[in-house]
Amino acid sequence: MHGEMLHQMAHLVQSGEAVRYSAQALHYTVWIPGLPLLAAVITLIFGRWYIRDRAHWIPCLAVFGSFLLSLKALWDVIHGVWANFDLFSWVVASTVKVSVGFQIDPLSVMMLAMVSCLSFLIHVYSIGYMADDPGYYRFFSYISLFTFSMFMLVSANNFLQLYFGWEAVGLCSYLLIGFWYEKKSAADAAKKAFIVNRFGDFGFALGVFLVFVYFGSLYYQEVFPRVHEVIAGKSLYLLGHPVAVPSLIALLLFCGALGKSAQFPLHVWLPDAMEGPTPVSALIHAATMVTAGVFMVSRCHAIFELSEVAMLAVAAAGTITCFMAATIAPTQFDIKRVIAYSTLSQLGYMFMACGVGAFAAGMFHLFTHAYFKALLFLGAGSVIHAMHHAPDPNDMRNMGGLKKYMPATYWTFLIASLSISGIPGFAGFFSKDEILASAFFSEYPWGKFVWFVGTLVAAITAFYSFRVVFMAFHGEFRGREVIHGEPHESPKVMTIPLMLLALGAIVSGWIGIPEVLGGGSHFAHFMAPVLGHHAFHAAKSLELGLMAISVAAGLLGIFAAWLAYVKRPSLQYLFPRRLPVVYRYLYRKWYWDEIYLYLLVKPTLWVADTVVALIVDTFAIEGTVNGLPQTVRFVGGGLRRFQSGVVQHYALIMALGAFALMILLHYYF
Amino acid sequence: MIPVNWYLYLALALFAIGLFGFVGRRNVIIMLLSIEIMLNAANVALAALGTKMQDVTGHILVFFVIAVAAAEAAIGLSLVVLLYKRFREVHMDEVRMLKG
Repeated sequence: MHGEMLHQMAHLVQSGEAVRYSAQALHYTVWIPGLPLLAAVITLIFGRWYIRDRAHWIPCLAVFGSFLLSLKALWDVIHGVWANFDLFSWVVASTVKVSVGFQIDPLSVMMLAMVSCLSFLIHVYSIGYMADDPGYYRFFSYISLFTFSMFMLVSANNFLQLYFGWEAVGLCSYLLIGFWYEKKSAADAAKKAFIVNRFGDFGFALGVFLVFVYFGSLYYQEVFPRVHEVIAGKSLYLLGHPVAVPSLIALLLFCGALGKSAQFPLHVWLPDAMEGPTPVSALIHAATMVTAGVFMVSRCHAIFELSEVAMLAVAAAGTITCFMAATIAPTQFDIKRVIAYSTLSQLGYMFMACGVGAFAAGMFHLFTHAYFKALLFLGAGSVIHAMHHAPDPNDMRNMGGLKKYMPATYWTFLIASLSISGIPGFAGFFSKDEILASAFFSEYPWGKFVWFVGTLVAAITAFYSFRVVFMAFHGEFRGREVIHGEPHESPKVMTIPLMLLALGAIVSGWIGIPEVLGGGSHFAHFMAPVLGHHAFHAAKSLELGLMAISVAAGLLGIFAAWLAYVKRPSLQYLFPRRLPVVYRYLYRKWYWDEIYLYLLVKPTLWVADTVVALIVDTFAIEGTVNGLPQTVRFVGGGLRRFQSGVVQHYALIMALGAFALMILLHYYF
Repeated sequence: MIPVNWYLYLALALFAIGLFGFVGRRNVIIMLLSIEIMLNAANVALAALGTKMQDVTGHILVFFVIAVAAAEAAIGLSLVVLLYKRFREVHMDEVRMLKG
C-alpha cells in the first residue's frame, strides 16, 4: 500500500499537481502538541505545593511522548501519508472560518521531529542545570508550554494558528528570558525582546490580513495553490502609489520573520535574551523559536517567489545580519554572547538561502544548525555551571584550561565548533555548502555576492568559534581566585544530552550529502514536494572547487584562532591597539543599541513625559477622576435639602409623584 | 340601583381624607388610622368595580387588602410602641433622625 501511495505521490509531483493531503490520516499528531500542553498546565497548577522538586517528570515524559509520536509521523510521511485535518472550529464569523488544524507534510514533520528531539534533550539537561532553583516547577512548566507553542506553530494548516503559535512562542520566550525576574537586567531583556518583536509582528499581522483580503481564506491549501491566479501581477494603491500585491504581502510577512528570527534591523533583542537560563538560550534562542522566521518564509515560499523585491529583501537582511554578527562575535568576552552572535550569523545564512530561492537548503541548515547550536549553548551552560561561583560566570577571561577538568564538555563542544566551522564530515559542512553552492549557481543576480559574503563569514565563524574553544578550554585555568577552587565536570544528566547532541551535530548532515560527494541529497528530495526543487546544474569540478574554498576558509579561521589564542597570545591585542576605533565600533555591537536608544527610545520617553503625561494624564484622566466625584457632591448637596427627616414630607412627595404618574398615564398612553 | 360612579366618588373622598390626615396630622396613631382609611377607600373602589364588571377578582383583592391591612396595623402599632419607648414622643415632626 505504501509503495502504491509513493508511486501516486511521485506521479502527482511530476505532473505538477499539488499532492493530496488526507483528512483521515495521522490524527494521533494532535497529541504531539497536546502532551506538552497538559504537562505545562499540570506542572504550573500543582508544581508549587505538590510536585516541587519532582516537577521535571511530567514534562520530560510528555515531551518524550511527543518525540516518539513525531518519529512515527516522520515515518508515515516518508511513506507518503500526508495529512491536513481540522480539530475543531476556532473562529466562525460570516465568511471567516478558521479551525485549529494540522498540516503534516515533510516540512512540518521535519520541524516536529527536530523540535521534539531537542526539546526532550534540553528538558533532561535542565534537570541538572536548574536543580535547586526556587522556580524549578515554573521553569519546566514554561519550557513545556514553549514546546507546545512551537508544535502549534509548525504544524498549523492556516495562518491564524501560525500566528497563534508565533505569539505564544514569543510569550514563552518573554517568560523565560525574564525567568530570574528579580534581576533587573533579565527583566529588561525580556521586555526588550517582547517589544522589538511587536514591531515585526505588527507587519506580520498586516500580511495575514492582506492574505485574507485577497484569498478570502486563511487556509494554506486555499492560498498557496492559488497565488498565481489571485495575486500575481496585481497591484494596489498605497498613498497614491501602485504597489505590487505579492511584494507587499511578502514584505509584511517578512517583517514578522525579521523580528522572530532576529535579523537586521530587529536583531537587537537576541544577544540580550541571553539573560535567561542557558537551556532556554539553547532551546528557544538558538535552536527552535528563532528559526520560526525561516520556517515561515519557507512555508510561504509560493508568495515570496512571486516578488523579486521580497527575495532581495530576504537575501539582503540575511547577508547584512550574517556579516554584522560575525564581525561582532570575535570582540565579545561573554561566552553566551559570542554564541548568540553566531546564532544571528547562522540565521543570516538561512535567510541568504531563502533569498536565492534555495528554501530546502535553508531548511537543511536550520536542521543541522539546531543540533550544533544547541550543543554549543549547552556546552557553554556546562562551563557556566562549573564557574557559577564567579561574579560573572560567563566571562571567558576567567576560564581557560577547562579541557582537563571537563573532558566530556570539551569534546562535545569541540565537535559543535568543528560542525559550525564547516569541517568536512560534520553536519554544518553539508548544509553550509549547500547554501553557498545554491547561492553561487542561483539565477538571482545577487547570488554571487551572497556566496562571497557567505564564504567570507565562514572564515570568521571558524575564527570566533575556535576563539571560544581556545579561550575557555585550552591553556591555563585563570579563574582560581574568582571561583575559589577547581572547576568540576557537570553531572551525567547534563553530559549525556551533550553527547547525544554531539552525535546529532555529526550525523544530522548526512541525510543531505550532495550528489557531487556521492550522496543522495535525500533532504532536498524529501522537501521537494513542498518547497520545490531548485536543482542547479553545474560542472562537478566547479562545485568541488567552491567546496574547497569554503573548507579552506574554515581552516584558515581555525588556524588564525590557534595562532592568536594559543601560539602567540600577544597577537590578540594587535587589533584593538592598531585599530582602536574599529575595534570599539565592533565591541559596542555597531552601536545599534545606542542608535535605537536615541532614535526610538528617548523620543518615545520624551513624548510620554511631556505630551502624554501633561495632556492625557493631567487633563483627561485626572480631570475625569476628580471631576466625577465633585459633580456628584455638588448635585447631592442640592438634593439633600429634600431629606427633611419629616415623614409627612416624604409621604406628600410620594403622593404628588403618584398623582403626576397618573396624569402622565392618562394623557400619553 | 346606585350608579357605580357614586361609589367611586366615595372612594375618592375617603382616599383624600386619609391622605390629608396622613400628611397633615402629627400624631403617629392618627397617621396609622389615615392609612387604614386610604386602604378602605381602595376597598370600596375594588368592591364597586368588581360588582359592576361581574368579575370576582375585585372582591378577592378586597380580602387581600383586609389581610394586609391587619398585618400592617399589627406591625405599625408595635412600631409606635417602640417609637414611644425610644423617644417618649408620638408626634412625628419631633422625630427627625433621617434629616440629611
